[in-house]
Amino acid sequence: MKTARQFSILAAGLALALSAPMPATVAQDAAKVNVTLKDHKFSPAEPTAPAGKPIAIEVVNLDSTPAEFESKALRVEKVIPGGGKITVQVRPLSPGRYRFFDDYHESTTEGFLVTQ
Amino acid sequence: MLGALIIVFREVIEAGLIVGIVMAVTKGVRGSRLVIAAGVTAGVVGASLVAAFAGAIAEALAGVGQEIFNASILLIAVVMLIWHNVWMASHGRELAADVKRVGEAVRTGSRSVLALGVVCAVAVMREGSEIALFMYGLGASAGSTSAELLIGSLLGLAAGVGVTALTYLGLATIPQRRLFAVTTALISFLAAGLASQAVLFLQQAGVLTMMTETAWDTSAILSDTSLIGRVLHTLIGYSDEPSTLQVVAYVTTLAVIVVLTKAFGSRRATTAKGRHAAAG
Repeated sequence: MKTARQFSILAAGLALALSAPMPATVAQDAAKVNVTLKDHKFSPAEPTAPAGKPIAIEVVNLDSTPAEFESKALRVEKVIPGGGKITVQVRPLSPGRYRFFDDYHESTTEGFLVTQ
Repeated sequence: MLGALIIVFREVIEAGLIVGIVMAVTKGVRGSRLVIAAGVTAGVVGASLVAAFAGAIAEALAGVGQEIFNASILLIAVVMLIWHNVWMASHGRELAADVKRVGEAVRTGSRSVLALGVVCAVAVMREGSEIALFMYGLGASAGSTSAELLIGSLLGLAAGVGVTALTYLGLATIPQRRLFAVTTALISFLAAGLASQAVLFLQQAGVLTMMTETAWDTSAILSDTSLIGRVLHTLIGYSDEPSTLQVVAYVTTLAVIVVLTKAFGSRRATTAKGRHAAAG
């Protein structure tokens, strides 16, 4: 029973830690960026966004096959089902070019988010 | 074919390493192999279900279902790993010191093994769901190349099993006396790395909006997409561009493990000593 008690202490601690900060799901002032994926190509291939503001990227997958929208630099990784749509939140960025790609077709399906 | 092999192998590495470590940690514990096999099987079934319902999960919770789901199962794994280390700290000493109680320890030990079985299931489910989606994609775009891609995927899977075997056999060469210290450290870093990954998902979802800035950028020195980077990513949670909150989560998890293992470990040691004194 000792182990059970240890476990419940841990679980309670975790629940407490998780329940504390729960801000709004989407930053209100986030700049919106829309990208579509068709025939394994991003369009626009080089979307632009303002630097220094949080960004919400919406990706619509017009292909019937699933894709995984991923970017090391933007720190995102999200599966998009065939015909599906996702949104990811990105931190405020300094001006630059940030590569993103479909993890299932990394060599052919890529794009760059340009911030200025 | 090579492309499919690489994609599948890349996803399988993390789960392969984790299962290998768990096998080494539970070496010699009765019933542990069965629990691990059940965990992996549950993970495969779970992965197929997650892939099949990927659309529904992605749309759930106002579009952040996928992130919340990933973060939740990662945090379950973190809790299980912490609990395992705390359990080992409080019972391991006793197990070695008091032969009469070994029978009891092994029996209760199965509960700790169960926690690690859950960790295996979670690891396989997470990595496996991406492979399952990739394979569904292959099925959807049926053509002459599908068979070749399928063979590539299976070879990638086999290579992942190879990683498990290598991890286990590598750890098995460590003498039993040292193995405990090594696996305790491995599990602590593993838990910290998974906690940091969970934070990443919560930040991507916009649930956690503080400390999103990049703490450091070592991608030029060691990219975490390279093979070594990926292995280190799983083993110690290495990330080449972590956010500050990820680093905070990592350090906090390690600190929690140290504090809890110290607290439960020493309390146990004191009561055990008291018992011996009373008996003597």
